[in-house]
Amino acid sequence: MDLLAYTIIAGIMYGIFFGLVGLGLNIIFGVMRMINLAHGDFIMLGAFLAFWLFYLFGINPLLVIPIATTVFFLIGFPLYYAFVPRLSKSSDPEMLSFILFFGLSQVIEAVIILAFGNNQRSIPSTVFGTSSFSILGQSFPKAWLATTLVAFAAFIIIYWYFRHTRLGYATRAIMSNREEALISGIDIDRVSAIAFCLGLVFASVAGIFSYFMIGAAYPSMGPDLTTVSFAIIVLGSLGSPLGTVIGGLLYGVAVMFMQTYFSSWANILPYILLIVIMLLKPEGLFGKAARSA
Amino acid sequence: MLSKYYSSLGAIFVIIFIFVTLPFVYNNQSFLFNMMMYLALAEGLNIIYGFTGYLPFGYVGFFGAGAYGASIVIMFLRISPFLAVLAGGIAAVIIGIILFPLLRLSGAYFAIANLAASQALYYLVANPNLQKITQGPYGIDLSSVYNANASYYLMLGVLVFSMLLVLYMRKTDFGLSLLAIKEDRVTAALAGINIVKTRSIAWMLSAFVAGLCGAVFAWFTAVFYPSTVFNLNVSVFTIVFVLFGGMGTIVGPLLGTLILYSMYNFIGISTPEYFQLFYGLLIMILVLFLPNGVVSILQHWRIDVP
Repeated sequence: MDLLAYTIIAGIMYGIFFGLVGLGLNIIFGVMRMINLAHGDFIMLGAFLAFWLFYLFGINPLLVIPIATTVFFLIGFPLYYAFVPRLSKSSDPEMLSFILFFGLSQVIEAVIILAFGNNQRSIPSTVFGTSSFSILGQSFPKAWLATTLVAFAAFIIIYWYFRHTRLGYATRAIMSNREEALISGIDIDRVSAIAFCLGLVFASVAGIFSYFMIGAAYPSMGPDLTTVSFAIIVLGSLGSPLGTVIGGLLYGVAVMFMQTYFSSWANILPYILLIVIMLLKPEGLFGKAARSA
Repeated sequence: MLSKYYSSLGAIFVIIFIFVTLPFVYNNQSFLFNMMMYLALAEGLNIIYGFTGYLPFGYVGFFGAGAYGASIVIMFLRISPFLAVLAGGIAAVIIGIILFPLLRLSGAYFAIANLAASQALYYLVANPNLQKITQGPYGIDLSSVYNANASYYLMLGVLVFSMLLVLYMRKTDFGLSLLAIKEDRVTAALAGINIVKTRSIAWMLSAFVAGLCGAVFAWFTAVFYPSTVFNLNVSVFTIVFVLFGGMGTIVGPLLGTLILYSMYNFIGISTPEYFQLFYGLLIMILVLFLPNGVVSILQHWRIDVP
């Protein structure tokens, strides 16, 4: 019984974190209709940023969040304007952007390996204190609590952004109908660029806390995280950022159950889940043109 | 009548000539073998990507299925490696048939689902619970049947087969109907093309080529691990080679592989990151400025590219 309670509670916390892992990918997909195949690599960049700031200056991961936000807004704008407007005019934006972001992911990985070496990095979870906390008689490290709260805050912020700001309204307008948003005078490129930056920022924040939930960070961790993120956002329904929470929770609980009861098969789960859901879920939940013929 | 085949057959004879004579002057057999393997894989990927537009990110899944299919047949049935290679190709086709439903997904969704399928297959093969069949993560040892020269020439045979397949598709109604489906599915169906059947055949042919490559690779290498034959870089390299050369032609993938794989061997082996950086940038430049590859420059100069 104890094992079951532990599995469920850990799964929920794990799941909220994985909601954050997928969130950035889903925002970018929702607004731009492009799959950021370098998503996992931006998570890795966030993790490396946090590691070096902690290692060199002893900066607490929580304080890295504002720094990461600034950095990824500065990276995101030029990236967006360099590629996306040009791709949107091309013959097949969906496929070409997919391949382009794949190239970007290779570049990021190579640059990080050349700069910092192909090593594993980690931040000890004791930065949040050595004591643990307990829920329903189960005890967990403090770092888990901090991670869960940060991920939860991220969802509140994105909800507030979409529902209570002008930019958020504009973003939702573009998500529901690009042409009509354009006609009503919304500057699509500016709003999309901000959404793109937000996507990168949330990815990097997930990276900062990845040490406590998924372990050490290493330069080639990106592609696996991208696949997992994709499974999560498909679960929670593509193009609906808040649906990502549901996807993350389902994924987190499922992974915890697999790890507890069928551990040798746990690593196959995200892939099977992804395929099954893509094939079985009806067309409506995918948005348009996910499936045809 | 045969004249329309001259330039393509010429390209194929040049390739055969190169790989039959080169071993006498250049004794890095493993490099030449890998070059042929990537040439054949590039043509195999070309069958599905160049002619139907489905981008198989998990192409390595077929390669691994071929390698393991052949190895298991050799270990348990003790048949000749030549037959085992055929079994490897068939194993890949079986995986392809299991993955038929993925063809209902379009564009990037197909690519990701296919990637997930290859990873799932990898974790299945590498799972310690299946050690009795696949040796799990501990790898395969075929050193009892190892024969470098025989497997070298068999790879050449597979390469010629893959080129002939693409030639067939370039010159017949079958290839034309695939291109029609790629352009406009609805119109193609109205013109009387059986979409599901046509693209399924292309998918199986593409899987078969990758399976044969994997099987011959297993024989040539003799000792390997699941992580060797399910290495995602096999998909990635092949896709980059095809993109760089230009898909949908015979010569495009050949050019892409010859140029880039040679470069990989000069700059990539010692520090693969430099090559990774290079091809990452290359992919981005290609997508933005040259989406139809190097052959599109030749075509622009009105040179007929087979």
